[in-house]
Amino acid sequence: MLNFDAPKELNLKVLNFLYDDPELKFRFLTDLCAVHYPDNKGAELAVVYHLHNLEDNVRLRLKVFTDSVKPDVYTATGLFSSANWMERETYDFYGINFIGHPNLKRILNVDEMDYFPMRKEFPLEDQTRSDKDDEMFGRGGKTGFGIEKTEHGTVVESEKNGADEIIN
Amino acid sequence: MSEQHIKLPEGSIEKTTTTLNLGPTHPATHGVMQNILELDGERIVSTDQTIGYIHRAFEKIAEHRPLYQITPLTDRLNYCSSPINNMGWHLTCEKLLGVKTPKRVDYLRIIIMELARISDHLICSSIMGVDSGAYTGFLYVMQYRELIYEIYEEVCGSRLTTNIGRIGGFERNFNDIAFQKLEKFLKEYPPVLKEFENLFTRNRIFMERNIGVGAISAERALNYGFTGPNLRAAGVDYDVRIHSPYSSYEDMQFNIPVGNTGDCYDRFLVRNQEMWESLSIINQAYRKVQEFKGAEAEVFHADVPEYYLPEKEDVYTKMEALIWHFKIIMGEIDMPAGEVYQSVEGGNGELGFYLISDGGRTPFRLHFRRPCFIYYQAFEELTKGAMLSDAIMVMSALNLIAGEMDG
Repeated sequence: MLNFDAPKELNLKVLNFLYDDPELKFRFLTDLCAVHYPDNKGAELAVVYHLHNLEDNVRLRLKVFTDSVKPDVYTATGLFSSANWMERETYDFYGINFIGHPNLKRILNVDEMDYFPMRKEFPLEDQTRSDKDDEMFGRGGKTGFGIEKTEHGTVVESEKNGADEIIN
Repeated sequence: MSEQHIKLPEGSIEKTTTTLNLGPTHPATHGVMQNILELDGERIVSTDQTIGYIHRAFEKIAEHRPLYQITPLTDRLNYCSSPINNMGWHLTCEKLLGVKTPKRVDYLRIIIMELARISDHLICSSIMGVDSGAYTGFLYVMQYRELIYEIYEEVCGSRLTTNIGRIGGFERNFNDIAFQKLEKFLKEYPPVLKEFENLFTRNRIFMERNIGVGAISAERALNYGFTGPNLRAAGVDYDVRIHSPYSSYEDMQFNIPVGNTGDCYDRFLVRNQEMWESLSIINQAYRKVQEFKGAEAEVFHADVPEYYLPEKEDVYTKMEALIWHFKIIMGEIDMPAGEVYQSVEGGNGELGFYLISDGGRTPFRLHFRRPCFIYYQAFEELTKGAMLSDAIMVMSALNLIAGEMDG
């Protein structure tokens, strides 16, 4: 697949050209997402557009790099209605600020979230954390993994050796 | 009652529309999603969709897992046709690793994928019946979805979230019972599908509920990123199986059914027609599978020791196999660096996998192009000015799967 980069100020110009040119006709936005390259200083975030010319069946990948301090990129919603939610998703996970987007707010995560979870600096949640009430999912709380409920009370795995008399 | 007891909310006198919450746990949404409808009488003025109720951060989890552990995550995208998702993921990995699969594997994959497409369309079409008040068709065809699930069961052991196949092929060869059940399905299903069509296609109530409802032009559908049956119902003959053939689809002869108005009724007709095409593809693929003779007839995976788990018997008796087994299970294999995009024709559109590898043991980035997520944003345009009952039909005709939407 053809793959190229464009400066971020020019993303709309490039997309418009690809759309309007009578020979190129890249008029179908297949996918829009972002990638975080933490080692790529000054251009940590990339917005990736997958375009498709359905008439000639040619696919193309366009990347636009931006820094993570002020990740401003122009929105493609004017050209593709499908870009609306895909850009919201990209904002939700990577914090890319799409200038001119009609409704740029979180889509899959809760509105109260104050970070961008798909960036590389955010690790997966620690599986052993105990500060969160996760009773319904089998850990933490009072019925978690390694905790037994007996008719005489709750027995935690770590106290089990000393708790024989409670069970019996 | 004196006037002072009636306390109306602020601004309620001026407000002439009603707000209605459709979902997140409404039987007609067929999944966890919320629509906040502004109604003027029964006419929809505007809608606001809230999604993300079952978001499980698959893309983040995938960055921490070796390739073979990502397959069960793909099961849970479109769970009505999880084998297609599994195969799509395996094809993506094979594209990155440069694995060439044997023809027999390709044909077996086609059989499984087309069965999955039938079960997906079966659910969608029969649920459209349920939503317009006809429960019988749904119950009637469920038997045959059950038969499809039994075929999966023979091949991989599970039914809904299948985790079917491995990188390079299948975990085991199809047994005789699987082929017998497939033959039974190919023999018994066509008359049932015919009957199902007779039940709905010219049914007065069904037609009135669907014709002209949720119509979209081809141009708008393309602009909204529609793919799959929804796009084809609008008259665009785009099908990934034809445009970017994968898994030897180029060896099969089939048509792409298209509609012309892009309304719910056309979507229903396109899906039904696609089931017929799928049946013909399965017949062709099955015939090709039967043509293999001798050692070729036993091939069910490619030779990729780095990614394909060796036979358990070999693990206990052969050093080489033991080493590979250990390395695969522990996820200790560095994959080649690269960037691939692979898409398959999923149950409800182009399901794409965008995989970036930096040469590590887990993907650097994995993005799913989830067709549901992309076309659900057209819901507002499709239902503007329509009746409340039309919104229900639009939702079920679009084949929205919450698991796929939320990723």
